[in-house]
Amino acid sequence: MEQLTPETLIAVFEEIFGRTLFWGMVVVAAVVTAAYIFVLIRDRSMSMRKFLLAQLSMPFGAVAAVIFVMAMTDSNLRDIGGPVDLIVLLGIAAIGAVGAAILVYTAQSLFRGQRDL
Amino acid sequence: MTGLEKQSPSRRTFLGLAAGGLTAVFAAQPATAAKIQTKARIVIIGAGAAGTSLVNRLVTRLDGAAITIIDPSAEHLYQPGLSLVAAGLKPASYTRSRTTDWLPQGITLVTEAAAAVDPVAKAVTTSGGQSLGYDFLILAPGLVLDHDAIEGFSLDLVGSSGIGALYAGPQYAAKTWEAASKFCESGGVGVFTRPATEMKCAGAPLKHTFLIEDIATRVAGAGKHEMHYAANNEALFGVPIVSEKVRMLFESRGIAAHYSHVLKSIDPGRKRAVFQTPTGDSEIGYDYLHVIPPQRAPEFVRQSGLSWADKWTDQGWVEVDMKTLRHLRYPDIFALGDVAGVPKGKTAASVKWQVPVVEDRLIAAIEGREGSAVYDGYTSCPLITRVGRAMLIEFDYHNNLTPSFPGVIAPLEELWISWLMKEVALKATYNAMLRGKA
Repeated sequence: MEQLTPETLIAVFEEIFGRTLFWGMVVVAAVVTAAYIFVLIRDRSMSMRKFLLAQLSMPFGAVAAVIFVMAMTDSNLRDIGGPVDLIVLLGIAAIGAVGAAILVYTAQSLFRGQRDL
Repeated sequence: MTGLEKQSPSRRTFLGLAAGGLTAVFAAQPATAAKIQTKARIVIIGAGAAGTSLVNRLVTRLDGAAITIIDPSAEHLYQPGLSLVAAGLKPASYTRSRTTDWLPQGITLVTEAAAAVDPVAKAVTTSGGQSLGYDFLILAPGLVLDHDAIEGFSLDLVGSSGIGALYAGPQYAAKTWEAASKFCESGGVGVFTRPATEMKCAGAPLKHTFLIEDIATRVAGAGKHEMHYAANNEALFGVPIVSEKVRMLFESRGIAAHYSHVLKSIDPGRKRAVFQTPTGDSEIGYDYLHVIPPQRAPEFVRQSGLSWADKWTDQGWVEVDMKTLRHLRYPDIFALGDVAGVPKGKTAASVKWQVPVVEDRLIAAIEGREGSAVYDGYTSCPLITRVGRAMLIEFDYHNNLTPSFPGVIAPLEELWISWLMKEVALKATYNAMLRGKA
């Protein structure tokens, strides 16, 4: 590979997930992030109770992200062949975990409101 | 302000950082140089990976040039995808798009084949009888599969009677999978071949062998298949260190290697294949046979006196300088891709590295100076060894490995990330290359 431009990177993701699914996921991620920032600004503090539940969702997010990527790329856990594979796998799991935590935290804040801060 | 205060993030600094990051991303786009004014007539034969990529780059560099691209095919093929189609991992449509989808505005497309080149009068004659004069000519017509060279073989056989031939195009790659999947389920003897000529992607015969062995073992279980790979010479791959690695993998996977076995003829009725070997003909029975025919330059290249006279005489590749890809006898002719008479380099990855060299040399020639870009034989082969694993092998003219990600993606290690590159990242990169952007 000679050059890796943002344009190529986007094309790679479109190829992995299909154009509709990829941009759908981008929109969902943007909406959830915006909602998360919104509740943080609105509440002016993190709720530790909501954060606890969010943390509990992290392993599920991690596993779901790995299963999703494996399914989309005709792969299996047995294909992990070297350190770099493990790093990529852990990276995907980490993204899934953080994503799930943000999603759960935001959902609680939006739907339960500020009462149980 | 203390250092501590500086570090504490506020909403404003956060937004500022985000905006700064976005600006940096857009600022990173390469600046466009001023276009070169010219009236040069440039003819490109072939709108495949090489011709399309070059024409898209030329239109951003030149102003006023009359660029003509000649290609009879309405369909553009993503050929690196054929080995995935032939293993049932992608549909035939995965490799297909329309030629015109990739071509820029402001050029002329002639949908005819090139019939002859007169390098002295500087004109190309098309199959429809048009004569196109040129100042510079780029030969990128690809190559021809010589199926007739294998006695008893015809493309009608592909998909039935246990015969596959994935090089012949998307529909045949899909039919190859029909034959291969039957073999995977029912078991038996699988025989995988490669021709003795130069060929497109010398890794593909190996990929097909590895993939079918892997799928067969998963589908029917171990021990039901006998796998044979017939190499054309005493090596399994042109680069010695890779050949040795493949030998080890074959051994561990139970794939028998037969050296210096070149497929000569087949008897589809009896399911026997005859190989030419240094000690005479040898016959092997098969339940599944993968045929890759000898490959040659198109007839018009050979008839127009553009080929090497003392090398590859049965194949006719264009006589070019291996570093500049410029014709050794006619300096206004360049060759790109499969047809170029250089060692190695009949892959899309080679094209990606060859195109900027020809672009540089061509533009320099238009400006009346010498270019400086050099092609050193780089090519890349994501050598799939299983569904889900590959080795990202990159090398040059000197048989040196030239890894893009040294220390991160090991070239001789079977990795999932290399598979991801082949299965998902490659087509996106290829498409970017076609548009002249990578």
